[in-house]
Amino acid sequence: MEQRHTRRPTLAVWKFASCDGCQLTLLNCEDELAAVASAVQVASFPEASREVVAGPYDLSLVEGSITTPGDAERIREVREASRFLVTIGACATSGGIQALRNFREMHHVLPVVYARPDYIDTLQTSTAIADHVRVDFELRGCPIDRRQLLEVIAAFLTGRRPNVRRHSVCVECKRAGFTCVMVAHGTPCLGPVTQAGCGAVCPSCARGCYGCFGPMETPNTAALAAEWRKLGVGHPDLVRAYRTFTANSGPFRKEAEAHEGR
Amino acid sequence: MKDASPAAPVSGESIRVGALARVEGEGGLEVLVTDGQVTEARLNIYEPPRFFEALLIGRRHTEVPDITARICGICPVAYQMSACQAIEDACGVTVPAPIRALRRLIYCGEWIESHALHIYLLHAPDFLGYQSGLHMAQDRPDLLQRGLQLKKAGNRLMDVVGGRSVHPVNVRVGGFYRAPARRELDPLRPVLERARAEALATVRWVAGFPFPDFSEDYLFVSLHEPDAYPILGGRVISSGGLDIPVRQYGQHFTEVQVPHSTALHSLLDGDVTYMVGPMARYSLNAGQLPASVTDAARAAGLGATCTNPFRSIIVRAVETLYACEEALRLIEQYEPPDPPWVEVPPRDGTGYGATEAPRGLLYHRYRISADGTVAAAAIIPPTAQNQRVIESDLRDFVPARLDLPHDQLTWECEQAVRNYDPCISCSTHFLTVKVKRS
Repeated sequence: MEQRHTRRPTLAVWKFASCDGCQLTLLNCEDELAAVASAVQVASFPEASREVVAGPYDLSLVEGSITTPGDAERIREVREASRFLVTIGACATSGGIQALRNFREMHHVLPVVYARPDYIDTLQTSTAIADHVRVDFELRGCPIDRRQLLEVIAAFLTGRRPNVRRHSVCVECKRAGFTCVMVAHGTPCLGPVTQAGCGAVCPSCARGCYGCFGPMETPNTAALAAEWRKLGVGHPDLVRAYRTFTANSGPFRKEAEAHEGR
Repeated sequence: MKDASPAAPVSGESIRVGALARVEGEGGLEVLVTDGQVTEARLNIYEPPRFFEALLIGRRHTEVPDITARICGICPVAYQMSACQAIEDACGVTVPAPIRALRRLIYCGEWIESHALHIYLLHAPDFLGYQSGLHMAQDRPDLLQRGLQLKKAGNRLMDVVGGRSVHPVNVRVGGFYRAPARRELDPLRPVLERARAEALATVRWVAGFPFPDFSEDYLFVSLHEPDAYPILGGRVISSGGLDIPVRQYGQHFTEVQVPHSTALHSLLDGDVTYMVGPMARYSLNAGQLPASVTDAARAAGLGATCTNPFRSIIVRAVETLYACEEALRLIEQYEPPDPPWVEVPPRDGTGYGATEAPRGLLYHRYRISADGTVAAAAIIPPTAQNQRVIESDLRDFVPARLDLPHDQLTWECEQAVRNYDPCISCSTHFLTVKVKRS
């Protein structure tokens, strides 16, 4: 309570096109929420509070991708009002599942959902926040991991770089002692090319990783695709595997394109 | 109500007020008042559309539950379950009872997590005059802690059964990738027993809130299961006598597009406004609650039905209590499904699925091709269905309150919207309230 008398850094949480799951992850820090709320001043978090304290903000967490002309403008205002801007989740860091539209013509997509497409104001593409403004740190995941989110907030408060590794899911899967689903069961798994952070939850459930944390640093997507081919996976299946939750992230986008039409 | 920022008249007759918060999504609220009458009440939804129904076309039928989960981070299990059941229906597959029981169990976790979030962090602050649950915690840290621990119990249940609470990974068409062992579920018992006590305390707490005197003659719509409170399926019934299988939903319910919303509106039999969600479920199925839950509901002042939408917070608390009891029962009787899933070979056909998401009936329909690709998809979320009834509540709620200070009227209008726990991310998020008087 003493901290209330000193100036606490201000936190703002912003939403663009998304499912709210990454913002929810902050509220899912049930045991840590009170400590977070005493370490920072929650200045703007519309999902949780009516109160909006005017910016600028010390730390902005941005969820969601840019899909409308209005949002492309709004993210510039958010950037201007933020000292540090951290993007959270697959939507904000890659364009998200809604970036599947990037691979189709919008005039084919709109009428499937809306009888009056003319009422709808939307861009042809869904893109990451970093495609529009400077981003200080990108936290991956669909959804983000609670422990990694707390690490990012703690790192910001102490002025250091977040300790978020960019190695593959395989490393944490091995550490956790899970059986390799690909080696033991021949189950196709994106773990070797996907960034860690989830705790290898899919292999823990005896299924293959589906890549929701996006590409690890320097992933060998082609080598993994060749292994999948040996397991009998067809090219169209490879396209869809690489083109799901982080379809617009460079290495996955390219690997999907490499199998398209084959 | 305290702490409301002063009204700021922008021009003579139009008063613009800040953001309507504590909802999941982006939208706005506009109420036009002429000569003491509400001439227009509009829930503007400008949540950027994400076109899921189009993006699903061409995907494998087995990929659908993981994709539709991403419609909503608060209720992903609902999207997974409606999708799985619709696809299984299209392929002519019925899953065995143990798989259904495990589905019901993870769904209970989602009800607990979602309802606790709404009660403690989104809705209760309205009744107590706080800007947020965090503001409430400055005076009553014990209350927020109780809500968070309750929510955590729901999340823990989803973690254990689903692998994680937001976008669980263990759910698949035909069942689960892996059936948790009994010894994995056993540690949940003390967690859920404590949650049950917290839920009961929640029912008693919210029952004492000040409720506006407001009641409507609603047409309720929900699922109805023959031998249980509806969660996982059943027939679609209404307080007007409708009683149809899920596959006939499309013959009675239609979606219309309006200029002020990126979420389609739903109507029953051409032009009838209806309500889905906890109040509808409770009012149509109260008889199916176990005696212990009914006793708590009665002690909280709920009758066999509930027609004051502000009291929906009591219904949510009662349903949270039910979900804790039901989860405990399901764990008690748990037999790990073996195998954990059944094969769902594709065939050419259309399938229908509906479940009771925390916010109400969630309908999915898919047309699957013989090779297993999705040819067409239709998803009708609860908040989309409730848009009309939210607008109609506002039209009837505002006239008797026009002499209230503007800030207070605005806050009460927001509260009237939050009665529905609207999830705008689902229905297509951030609400701006605009009350115009002329």
